[in-house]
Amino acid sequence: MSTTHRHPHVYHPEHHLPSTYYEKLTAAVMELLVEKGFFTAEDVRREIEAMDERCPERGARMVARAWIDPAFKARMLEDGSAAMRELGLDPGDMRLMVVENTPSIHNVIVCTLCSCYPRMLMGPPPAWYKSRPYRSRVVREPRKVLAEFGLQIPDEVTIRVHDSSADLRYLVLPMRPAGTDGWSEERLAALVTRDAMIGTAVPRV
Amino acid sequence: MSFSAGDRVRVREMYPPGHVRTPFYVRGKAGIVERVVGEFDNPEELAYGREGDKRILYRVRFAQRDVFPQTPSGSDTIDVEIYEHWLVPEGDGR
Repeated sequence: MSTTHRHPHVYHPEHHLPSTYYEKLTAAVMELLVEKGFFTAEDVRREIEAMDERCPERGARMVARAWIDPAFKARMLEDGSAAMRELGLDPGDMRLMVVENTPSIHNVIVCTLCSCYPRMLMGPPPAWYKSRPYRSRVVREPRKVLAEFGLQIPDEVTIRVHDSSADLRYLVLPMRPAGTDGWSEERLAALVTRDAMIGTAVPRV
Repeated sequence: MSFSAGDRVRVREMYPPGHVRTPFYVRGKAGIVERVVGEFDNPEELAYGREGDKRILYRVRFAQRDVFPQTPSGSDTIDVEIYEHWLVPEGDGR
């Protein structure tokens, strides 16, 4: 490191590229806050570690539990964040709303304004979820968009699009696939993919 | 003005500058209050570092054919979270 570049930007993933304006700004603000004692570098590291541990498997655990435990499912539909806490998952200040697929209703989530997503439960959203085509089209022509994901929704099934426009975050509770009677919670959870919890796919055996 | 689940409401058709959480595509459109979510800090104030302004947040359900008449799709719906000051009772004009 040269003296003019004395700060190693450890959180900058592309070390071989020059830092962008916002990467430099982020590093500078972080260092200032650490110097002023608002938090420590260790706090930042711990938070990033916790963020990286959030992954769709957490959502899959909730779904599988709901499939085998009707009382848990009822509580989860009433208050998704409380259901997370029951499983030892920290929702932070996220207000989670769980929307249930049924034989007559298929749910799909989007954030048309930006990229709101149940990160505390699922980790960061996929790139396509943040893309303008998905965000603008899934509200306008959901059947066509789902078909492009390989998901054909029969005409008699109502599609409910949920736009995370403000303070709620959504999780789709998919239907339990036929042919899974007697399966363990763990085996069921392995069927539940990220996209099934966004609503652009359904679990398959 | 507060609403209850089942009330018919219309989104104000206004275009203020700054940070707002009401998507353009539902402005001026009518829907039904799906549920009352509760009180939250108004994001239009929070975005500028101001607080202390609680507003009621609603989930409003729109029929897809009312929002995008050019792509009518049976019974499909779009649920959007909208703050109280963006809503008027349906029938009161825009």
